[in-house]
Amino acid sequence: MKVRLPLFLVLITGILGALPFIIPHSIAQNFDNEFRNTVIRIIGAFSLVLGVGSIIRHHTYKITHKREHWQYSYVLLISLLISAVIGLFGGIDANGWLPTRIGSFNFDIQTLFTYIEVPLGATMFAMLAFFMASAAYRAFRARTFEATLLLIAAFIMMLGSVPLSNYIFPKLPSFAEWILTVPNTAAKRGMGFGISLGTLATSLKIILGIERGWLGGTK
Amino acid sequence: MRKIPNYFIRLFTICFLLFTIHYVYGIEAPSKVLAGDAPNDAGRNIVIHWQLSPSDSIIEGYQILRKAENETEMTAVGFMGKGRNSFTDDGTIDGVKYTYQVVAVLDSLQAPSELSNIAVSSQQWFHTERINVLFFTFIFTFLIIFYINRAKKGANLFVRKIAGLLAVDEAVGRATEMGKPILYVPGLTGISDVATIAAMNILGEVAKKIATYDSQLIVPNTDPIVFTVAQEVVKEAYTQAGRPDAFKSDSVYFVTDSQFAYAAAVDGIMTREKPATNFFMGYFYAEALILAETGASTGAVQIAGTDSVMQLPFFITACDYTLMGEELYAASAYLSREPLLLGGLIGQDWGKVVIVAILVVLTIIGLLTNLPVLNLF
Repeated sequence: MKVRLPLFLVLITGILGALPFIIPHSIAQNFDNEFRNTVIRIIGAFSLVLGVGSIIRHHTYKITHKREHWQYSYVLLISLLISAVIGLFGGIDANGWLPTRIGSFNFDIQTLFTYIEVPLGATMFAMLAFFMASAAYRAFRARTFEATLLLIAAFIMMLGSVPLSNYIFPKLPSFAEWILTVPNTAAKRGMGFGISLGTLATSLKIILGIERGWLGGTK
Repeated sequence: MRKIPNYFIRLFTICFLLFTIHYVYGIEAPSKVLAGDAPNDAGRNIVIHWQLSPSDSIIEGYQILRKAENETEMTAVGFMGKGRNSFTDDGTIDGVKYTYQVVAVLDSLQAPSELSNIAVSSQQWFHTERINVLFFTFIFTFLIIFYINRAKKGANLFVRKIAGLLAVDEAVGRATEMGKPILYVPGLTGISDVATIAAMNILGEVAKKIATYDSQLIVPNTDPIVFTVAQEVVKEAYTQAGRPDAFKSDSVYFVTDSQFAYAAAVDGIMTREKPATNFFMGYFYAEALILAETGASTGAVQIAGTDSVMQLPFFITACDYTLMGEELYAASAYLSREPLLLGGLIGQDWGKVVIVAILVVLTIIGLLTNLPVLNLF
């Protein structure tokens, strides 16, 4: 029962999920929309409770067992508590039951999001530039034939993308464009075929109950 | 006396000509207005086509008027600019008869067409334009089931070696020897994404090996639903490996659903815990390189697998092994060596052979019919 019920549910929902692709009738489309928008959202809401429970359990364990850098867990738990209280009782734009404004100083959940989470996220994203530089250094070392090809292609692409290349060799920008649109696109499309077929095959195997890895095993 | 500028004379001439055309001869109406139910939809749509007015170049556009069978007057339902010869009325009621009229408009001048035929919108039960997809899906399904049946009968199925998956045993063994944990990152998409499902399948197999070697596993998650699934998968894998006691529920946990906060958290885990092996399996976005480069800097063996074509170059650069595209989906079958799954894999490859063959044949036909030199047909 523990295995058969999930497999049966997957079979039914898998077929019902695929049918709207070929049935444009409103019965099929409305059911599909309802299922995707409402049912999955409800499941998501329940699992979010489990997720938050997991964070609290994980960091409480770290604090109680004094694991390495356990002090930071206090920061996380206190931040979680404060933002949860503000978010739940303060409203999104300081329009809730809890006052989230002292004079001109706002600390409603929208302000916290805009002035704390967004800049922190942007900071992480900005670090990507440095990681790219170090990755490029490693990738462009001409140790093998393939790496040399990559280096040459990258050199042409970079040079072809700057206006100066037009003065050095007028055909370079169009050659760089050709590399991007022909060999690069061909490779991407080839992978796209494989990915699409792999998706189809995996979906089919899951719907038919052949692939049971997501249940924790194949038996 | 000052000379009148040339541009003024030209402007005057154009205005005069337009005036003559519009107000003396008027504008001409569009013709052949045909209305019909929009195909392959959920109803409430009627498509109207018309032949452009001979005055199309000078008019502002076309106003579309509609009259239902129980109405006495036409009502405007849309406006299309000049040069456009079709309009979809998406505000109809299924089963009601409608007639349409298309009016060419220029300022206050209007040239209405004849009334169209009667059209009724309805919804369809089958999308006729997707027959080709359905047809190929049937062929593909047949191939997969055929090879699965062959596998069931014990046929010897060859699957080429995938370096990244061959290295899994070695990577888990290395972590055990070093006494360090293994980090498994299951991508950033939800459970409805097939890449995440593939990541869960691989997680099950990897967790079995980890349980057998008695090593430590860390699975930080960005999606609460994926977190619950991952926890169950790991728990079940430990049970199947005969080590349910070794499973620690704390090893699989939810971090955050914020993309870069998650990247920061995983980077933190990598620098603090120094895992001996990092697995990046699933769908990734811009954080792919941030994760992979940080992992590389800690000296961990890194095995990545993604179907995100944009992020593949980053993983190839920063990781020791990378499963590209469909290899991610094949990994579960490869690791488990389950005959049924391997049969599915072979069927999948034959599906690709069919597609490649069709592409080659169509390319040759395309070349033969379109190249002027080889215009044989």
